Parts: sequence; C-alpha cells; structure tokens
Amino acid sequence: MRVFGLNGRIIRALLGSQYATMLEYRAEIALWALSGLLPFIMLSLWSGSAARADLGLDGAALDRYFLSAFLVRQFSVVWVVYAFEEDALLGRLSPYLLQPLHPLWRYVAAHLGEQLTRLPFAVAIAAAFFVIQPQAFWIPSIGDVLLAWAATWMAFAIAFLLQSLIAALCFWSEKASALERLLFIPFLFLSGLLAPLTAFPPATRHAVQWTPFPYLIDFPARLLAGESVNLAAGFGAQLAWVLLLLPVVLWLWRAGVRRYSAMGA
Amino acid sequence: MVITAEGLSKTYRVADKQPGFVGTVQHFLRRRTRDVSAVQDVSFAIAPGEMVGFLGANGAGKTTTLKMLCGLIHPSAGRVSVAGHQPQRRHPDFLRRITLVMGQKQQLLWDLPPLDSLRVNAAVYGIPDGVASRRIRELADLLELGAELTRPVRKLSLGQRMKAELLAALLHEPQVLFLDEPTLGLDVNAQSRVRQFLADYNRRTGATVLLTSHYMADITALCPRVLLIHQGQLFHDGPLNRLVSRLAPERLVRLELEQPVPAEAFAGLGQLDSLETCAVNLRVAPDQLTTVVAQLLDRFDVRDLEISDPPVDQLIGALFHQGRL
Repeated sequence: MRVFGLNGRIIRALLGSQYATMLEYRAEIALWALSGLLPFIMLSLWSGSAARADLGLDGAALDRYFLSAFLVRQFSVVWVVYAFEEDALLGRLSPYLLQPLHPLWRYVAAHLGEQLTRLPFAVAIAAAFFVIQPQAFWIPSIGDVLLAWAATWMAFAIAFLLQSLIAALCFWSEKASALERLLFIPFLFLSGLLAPLTAFPPATRHAVQWTPFPYLIDFPARLLAGESVNLAAGFGAQLAWVLLLLPVVLWLWRAGVRRYSAMGA
Repeated sequence: MVITAEGLSKTYRVADKQPGFVGTVQHFLRRRTRDVSAVQDVSFAIAPGEMVGFLGANGAGKTTTLKMLCGLIHPSAGRVSVAGHQPQRRHPDFLRRITLVMGQKQQLLWDLPPLDSLRVNAAVYGIPDGVASRRIRELADLLELGAELTRPVRKLSLGQRMKAELLAALLHEPQVLFLDEPTLGLDVNAQSRVRQFLADYNRRTGATVLLTSHYMADITALCPRVLLIHQGQLFHDGPLNRLVSRLAPERLVRLELEQPVPAEAFAGLGQLDSLETCAVNLRVAPDQLTTVVAQLLDRFDVRDLEISDPPVDQLIGALFHQGRL
C-alpha cells in the first residue's frame, strides 16, 4: 500500500541510491559542511561585543546556542531549487514526470541522503568546537535532543516547501533560483543564524514571529541548547507553516506541469 | 487502437529577440513573443503491436507529438488517447503502461551502476524483487549487457549507456514504447544490436512501438509503416515504399552500354541523371517504363540494364537536409 505515493520499499530504494550518490560527493559535502561555519564566526563577534548582554544568553549559553544553530543549519540546508532548475532546463525532469512517483520525493531523498553524508563532518566540527571551547561542553537531555530533532525536521520541511514553491516557478521563469537568493537575505537576518532573536527590538521580534524564519533556526537551536521555549507555540507555528505551504506547493506544481514544455528534452 | 490522435495541435509561445545590443535593450523594455505552431491538426491511429516509424526533418514536430502522446505536454487542441488513457492526466496506471526513451537524455543515476537505478525503478513500478531480477537478466541477455550493470554509468560508453537506458525504460514491461532517436550517436554495430533488440522485444511482448530516427536503417529494418510529419502536418501515413513513390514518383533505369553514346541520343527517353562513357542513369515515369525500356533495348547495344526505386536513404536524407518536400 502506498501513502502519498510511497511505501517502505520505495523509501529504502530511494534513500539507499541517494545516499550512495552523495557518498560519491563526500569531499564536496565536507566542504559544504565547513562553509556552514557562519554561526561560529558570529559567536566570536558577539563574544567580543559589549552588546552581548542584550542577547539574554550569558556565558556558555551563547556558545551552546551558536553550536546548536550550526547543527540545526547542517540538517536543514535545502538546495532543491538549484537541482530542480538544472533538471528542468536540461530535460532531466521528463523521465521523472513519466514515472508513477511524484518527482519531489526524489529531491527529498537526495536531501536526506546528503544530510546523512554530512553527519560525520558535523559531529567532527562539533567535537573540534568543544576542544576549543571546553566550557561550552554539555550533554543535552534525551528529551531536548528528541524535541530538537523533531523541530529540525519540521524546519527542514518548511525550508524544503518554501524552496519547492520557488522551484515550481521554474515552470514559468527558467531562472527562478534568483528569487531564492532574494529570500536568503531575510532568512539570514531573521532566522537566528546571525544573532538570537532576542537581539532584536521587541516590536521587530513580534513581527518576525509571523514569518517562517524564526522556526528554521532559532526555535530548534534553542531547544537543543536547553533554553526555555514555548513548545506549543513553536511546534504549532511550524506545523501551521507546513500545512499552509504544502497545498500551495502542490497546486503550483500541478499548474506548472500543465505549462511544462519539456525544455531541452 | 492503442494510440489515437485526432486533430492534435500544439502551439508554443516563444520570445522574439533581435540580435545585438539594441535588440537586447528592446527585448528588455518590451518583450515580444510570437506563436509557433509546432503541430497542426495531426490525426492517426496505431493498433496494438504495430511498429511505426515517425519521420520528419528537424523541427518538423516529431518530438512535440511524442511528448503529447506520452503526457509530458498538453495539446493546444485535439484529442489523444493512449492505452485507454488521456496522457496529459498522467494517471499512474497510464504511466505503468508506457515508456519514453529520448536519445541521450537519461534516467539512470550518473554516479551509480545501472543496477542501482534499476532497483529504484523496480520499487517505483511495484515490480516484485524476483520478477525484477528475472527481467533484468532476460533484458541484459538480449542487450548483451553484463559487467556494465555494476559499473558506474559515467564510466560506460555511449552504446553501453544507451542499452542500459533501454533496459531501465523497459523493466516495467510497458505496452507502448515511444522511442525518440534511440540509436543517436551509436556506432554501426551498436545501432544494429539495438535494432535487433527492439524487434525481438516487439515479437516477444507484442508491445506497440512508435520510433523516430534520423537513421533510415532503423526505420527500414523495424517499421512496416511510417508517419511523415512536415512543418507540423502529417504528410504521409502508410507503408514506406508508398512514401518513396510519393517523394520520387520516377523509377531509376541504370544502363551499361557496349559503346559510348552522346547525351542527345536519350532525348524523349526520360530524364538523364548522369552519363559517364558507357554508364547511363535515367529517371522514367512508371507509366512510360515499358515503352522506354523497349526503345532503349532497340536503339542501343545494351550490356546490362537495371530498374530500381531511388534509394530511400537518399530521398529521405535529402528531405531532412533541405527541410522541404
């Protein structure tokens, strides 16, 4: 029996093949993992800044927040718009559209395969961080880890749907990835990657809560770092964004496929 | 009928940009588009098990028609039915019954051996493991694939990759095969093997095949019936030899004479194609053939005489080359 077009065998086959593909690119993925060191750069900036007191995170808490932000980012990075755009332009999408499986599942599997390949590099970077900053070392509770893991998955789902929405625009504009770059700027500032959201003035913080960005990094990172968060509000907002984006993506996809002219195929 | 197209049309809207800087600025400020009619009012029907060649020059509308038949693009007008389905709905049951092979566009995972892609396809199409293994063995035997199946796709030669693509496209035993240039870029031996494989597959499974190819050998070897599309319109639907007589109604008369004869001597005996010492080529209308041959034998010392149709490759090749009928 299939649920959303999937069954256990398809999931195993897709994940297995995509993980094997990603292993072929492990050196590149290691570099990508290294390129995600931005939270550590921001940590060093904030640590030496007088404004640090305004963040509401003192001592090791700030270190743990940025380490958690790094880890959350590692497992919620999304690049579907670039892969999709290339596939659409080069005509590789055509064979996928002719198989009884929604093509987006292949991209989901590719992302999960890539995350699994990133795992050892992310762990190694976290270990190196603890060697450099031993005062930051902590072992989060099992409960915090599970909650943070669930929140990171939801963050990945929101980011994936947001980018899929832009990717579906490739059916109309062949260079939809430019829109993604536009989205990256608010993501960078409002997600908590550059600074915890507590750094923003209350009015801005309140307004940002109505965007998907704080639920992509800040919320799961605070969970992992053991900070107090409103669980119901955080998970509720994540679920709401998934439920809002999913039908829009599916509708846009269907409309786009009608328009598809199998470019380059 | 397994494939029916009635009044099938497709119009694309394309951007119209003049070359150069001025053209670029104009294009930026006021984008102009025009409608291009790729396929116009095309109708045909194909019975189960038929192998049909689909001919036409570049840009004639072959690939657009194939894409509409397999549901990749929506027709602008007309009706199409394939295996009892409207292709553009891309119903899972329809997708399980068809396959499309497009030249060198590939569905195989580039960095992995073909077997990994085949495993994914088996899962996606719901083919039980045992059945999938048996089919892979059988198809690999027919295609003469062995160790290639466990080598990364990027390490395979073009011919090996094309054969592996065919295997992947046929693993679910589709009833209808749309093949767009399946032998493109292959050497003569590999072309011949793929051709033989397609003929065997058709015989074994009774699958319907619609095949486009620029290699006439593919068409003459596989397809008793051909569709010829020209400037988006169907020009011919029938046996290949009837197409030949439409394209070149004259017969070719080749003479070898005992002594050279001046060109003027052939006046009124058809059109003189070439005259080299004793070798003469004439084109003669079929209704005058017996009269002309009798006169030739009567007037000249003939060592040898041969009557034939103009070579099909040359006719179609010239057609593709010139892009006109």
